Amino acid sequence: MPEFIQSSAYFAVALTLIAFSIASACQKKWKSALLNPILISAALIIAVLKLAGISNEVYQSGCRFLNFLLTPATICLAVSFYEQFQHLKPHLPAVCAGVLAGTAASLASVWGLSRLFDLERVLTLSLLPKSVTTAIGVALSEEIGGIAAITTAAIVITGTFGNIAGPALCRLFRLRSEVAQGVAFGTSSHVIGTSRATEMSQLAGAVSSLSLTLAGIITCIALSFLAQYI
Amino acid sequence: MNYLKQFCVIIIFSFLGELCRWLIPYPIPASIYGMVLLFAALSLKIVRVEQLRDGSSFLVSCLPVLFVAPAVSLMACWDQLKNALVPLLVIVLAATVLTFGVAGVVTQWLLGRRKGGSGHA
Repeated sequence: MPEFIQSSAYFAVALTLIAFSIASACQKKWKSALLNPILISAALIIAVLKLAGISNEVYQSGCRFLNFLLTPATICLAVSFYEQFQHLKPHLPAVCAGVLAGTAASLASVWGLSRLFDLERVLTLSLLPKSVTTAIGVALSEEIGGIAAITTAAIVITGTFGNIAGPALCRLFRLRSEVAQGVAFGTSSHVIGTSRATEMSQLAGAVSSLSLTLAGIITCIALSFLAQYI
Repeated sequence: MNYLKQFCVIIIFSFLGELCRWLIPYPIPASIYGMVLLFAALSLKIVRVEQLRDGSSFLVSCLPVLFVAPAVSLMACWDQLKNALVPLLVIVLAATVLTFGVAGVVTQWLLGRRKGGSGHA
């Protein structure tokens, strides 16, 4: 049986899809941003692997077929980006400046706090892409020498926190403009924050989804130059 | 436009992204190059949105599932993680609040300035 699981092309993919369906159903039922499907399904899968005595390596090698889709799926973000870009042209200068400032704040604060806590270099590198969407952040983390698993968790926690705390943060920072709210959500908490921005207003959601892609690109360019000095 | 053609366009841009990653000596992921190239192609009307709407929205809807496996790897780096758990959480949460504030305040200030200080968009 272990040899069979090891050689199976579909076991890991099937397990992943089943766990994700269960996790999505849970989120739909209880409607809580805390029940993030990525983290819940990962926890389910870890439990199954532990119980069945299957190693992470075997599971990961089974999932390499899923990874094939990663680049094409990420590239498709350009389609919605293009559509939002056309709609939001009048707001672009302010949105770009806001995303640029937010991204700088994100990188500077992660770097500064990591120094303060005397974090290992590899952990700092894994945290730096935490405000951008998983597709971009994880690929970037691997490029600059971070640990994909830690980046994934940091990204999901960041997004979930932004989603839940966002409306309160809007009041704290007195963000009345829907465009500014969208930039704040998209730049700080990517897709997961965007879903909350969309609930607040359609304009905030559209700006947020534009901002998250922009923040991803700016973060990639910035870190590709800066990572070597960290 | 059938799915095969849509998938073909998307895979071509994936390949172009890989090619750029290979040609340009910076640690920028292939998917970023692919995304920028696809955006340029859409802007220049070389590719039209209708030519890949269904295929692209299907693939984007698949994205979250693709990050389950990386998250499962947390079990492999748990030892490295558990000693730094509190600082990691503090950094993640504090940096998120700061990013949210700076991004929002800068945008609102610029919009307000352009519209004569109303602060509304």
